[in-house]
Amino acid sequence: MNELIQKAKDLLESNAVQVVIGYGKGSADKTRAIFLTKSENCDQLLFDSRCVQNLAVYLTKHEIKHLGKLAIVAPIPVLRSILQLAAENQLKESDLVILGVSPESKLIEFESFGAIELFLDAHKIQIDEKYKATIDKIKAMPVSERFAYWMKELEPCFKCYACRAACPLCYCPKCTVENNQPQWIPAASHLLGNLEWHVMRAMHLAGRCTDCEACYTACPMGIPIHLLTKSMLQDVEEHFGPYGPSVGKHNTLSSFNPDDKESFIR
Amino acid sequence: MQIDNYLIRKTSLEKLFNNLIGNGKTVFAPKTSGKRVLFEDVKAFSEITEDYIVTTNSAKSVVFPRTEKLFSYKKTKEKTEITDASTDTFPEVVLWGTRPCDAAAFIPLTDTFNGDYPDVLYNNRLGKVYVLSFSCATCDEYCFCTSVNGGPGNTAGSDILFTKLSTGDYLAEAITEKGKQLVADNQSLFEAAPSEEKEPNLAKVTTYFNQDEIQAKLQNLFENPVWDEKSRACLGCGSCAFVCPVCSCFDIQDEAHGSKGSRLRCWDSCGFGLFTLHTSGHNPRETQGARWRQRILHKFLYMPNKSKVAGCVGCGRCSRVCPADINILETVTSL
Repeated sequence: MNELIQKAKDLLESNAVQVVIGYGKGSADKTRAIFLTKSENCDQLLFDSRCVQNLAVYLTKHEIKHLGKLAIVAPIPVLRSILQLAAENQLKESDLVILGVSPESKLIEFESFGAIELFLDAHKIQIDEKYKATIDKIKAMPVSERFAYWMKELEPCFKCYACRAACPLCYCPKCTVENNQPQWIPAASHLLGNLEWHVMRAMHLAGRCTDCEACYTACPMGIPIHLLTKSMLQDVEEHFGPYGPSVGKHNTLSSFNPDDKESFIR
Repeated sequence: MQIDNYLIRKTSLEKLFNNLIGNGKTVFAPKTSGKRVLFEDVKAFSEITEDYIVTTNSAKSVVFPRTEKLFSYKKTKEKTEITDASTDTFPEVVLWGTRPCDAAAFIPLTDTFNGDYPDVLYNNRLGKVYVLSFSCATCDEYCFCTSVNGGPGNTAGSDILFTKLSTGDYLAEAITEKGKQLVADNQSLFEAAPSEEKEPNLAKVTTYFNQDEIQAKLQNLFENPVWDEKSRACLGCGSCAFVCPVCSCFDIQDEAHGSKGSRLRCWDSCGFGLFTLHTSGHNPRETQGARWRQRILHKFLYMPNKSKVAGCVGCGRCSRVCPADINILETVTSL
C-alpha cells in the first residue's frame, strides 16, 4: 500500500499526471472512487477486498478526461477493462499511467498495454463454479419456465441504467435505448421494455464483457443481470475459443473469419 | 385534527392485516428479497419483515407508477380517437410498514402533482391509499429525517402510526379521517390507549443541519466548486432519483403500433445526460456537477421556496444505493 501511495505522490509532484483515480474511504463501511489532484492527499488511498467498483468506467467520462492526464489504481478487473477499451480504440498508452495492483495487493507498474496482456495471460477470466451451476440450471429449464424466471427477475427493474452507467464498456455517447426514431427498445420499464433492454445490453457486450460484475454490483434492486453476460462469455468461448481482451485482435462478434463455426445457422 | 390513541396487541396487528386483505385491499409491505428489503405486494402476514431501517425502493410507485398510461389513441382516415386512461380500476392500496419519512414524502409529492394542474391519475390513486406507518426504533448513518423537519415518530402523512412499545404491543395513533375509519371498522382490535410514553421507544436520529439555514445558504451557491467536487464520481445513472420517495420528474413517451398507440409517463432522473437536453443539442446541464447541483437545489431550495416543504425527507435511500457512494448528507453538510 505504501508503495502505491508513494508512487501516486511522485506522479502528482512531478506533474507526470494531474489526477490519480483510486479507492478511498466511503460512507459507512464502503470504499469509493477518489480523484486525487494533490500529493498531500494521497494518504487517503486504500486497497482491500471492498474495492470492487470498476474504476475504468471513469476513463471515458468527459468530466474526468478534462481534468488532465490520469493515473489509475488498477486491480485485475480494471486492467481487463483498460485492455478492452484499448482494443476498441478508446484509450491510448500515452493517455494514462497504470498503477496495477496484484492479487497480493502489490503495486505493479505497466509500461505498455502489451505488458498488461502478458500479465493477464496468467490471470484468465474464469467463471465461478457456483455461477456455472446457476446458469446450467437456467439453461436446462423448458423455454416457458426460463421465460417466467427472467420475467420475475427483471420485474423490479425501473430502468435507472445503473448497470450501463457502471460498466466501463458502456461508453456510447448515445445508447440504443435512447434512440427513438426508430424506437428500437421501448423506453418504459414495463416487462417488454425491461426484457428488451437487458437482452440488448447483454448482446452488445458479447465478446467484449470482461466479467467484472460492475453491472450487478451497481444494480440497486439486486437483479442478477451478470448471469446474462457470464452466460454470453461461455457461449463466446464455446463458439470462438477462449476469450480475453487483447489489443491486437478484433472483437469476437465484430469480426469475421472464414474458419468461424457456423453451427448456429440452421 | 386531533390524534386518537389506542393500544393494539401484537396478535391483533395480524388480525388487522388479515381483515384488510379479506376486504379485498392490496397490501404493500416490506419483504425480504435476497439481500434487500423491498415494498412488495404481500398476501400473508408472515411475508412481512420487521428487520429493516427503510426499504430499498420507496413506496411512491403506488401513486406514481414508474410507467403510467395517460391515454390511448387510434387514427383512422377521418379522425383520431383519444381515450383517457381509466381511473376506475385503481385498487385500494394499503401501505403497511412505511416509515415516518416515507409517509412525509407524500406531502411534497402531492404538492408537485397539484401545482398548476391537479393530476387526475395521481389524485385518484392517492385517494385509495391507506398509509399505515411504523415508527423507527433504529436508524443508521444515512438517516437524517430530523434535519429536514421530520422525526422517527412523526405522524405527518400517515393515516395510522404504530409505535412498538417495550411490551411488544403497539401504540396506534389514528391521525386522519381515513385512519379513524379503519380503526372504527376494526374496533374490536383496538384497546384503550397505553400509559407508556412513545418517545423512549424511538430511534435517536442525529440532527446534522437545519433545513431553513441550508435553504438560506443555497440562495447564493449556484456557482460553487462543491458541486463538481462532490459529484466527481457520479456515473450518471438514475438510481438516486428512482429510489427517492419525493423525486417526481417524468418523461413522456409514445408507444405506437401502426395507427394506434399509447402515451406513457415514465420516471426520469436529473442524473441522466439526456435530462433537459435540447433539440438543438445544447444541454443547460452539460456535466454531472451541474446535474448534481440541480438535484440539491431542487430539493433544498426550489421546492421549499415554492411549496414551503423541502423535497427531501432524509430517508437516505439515495446514498445507500449510489453505486459511486455519493452521499447527499455529506454534500449538504459541506455547503
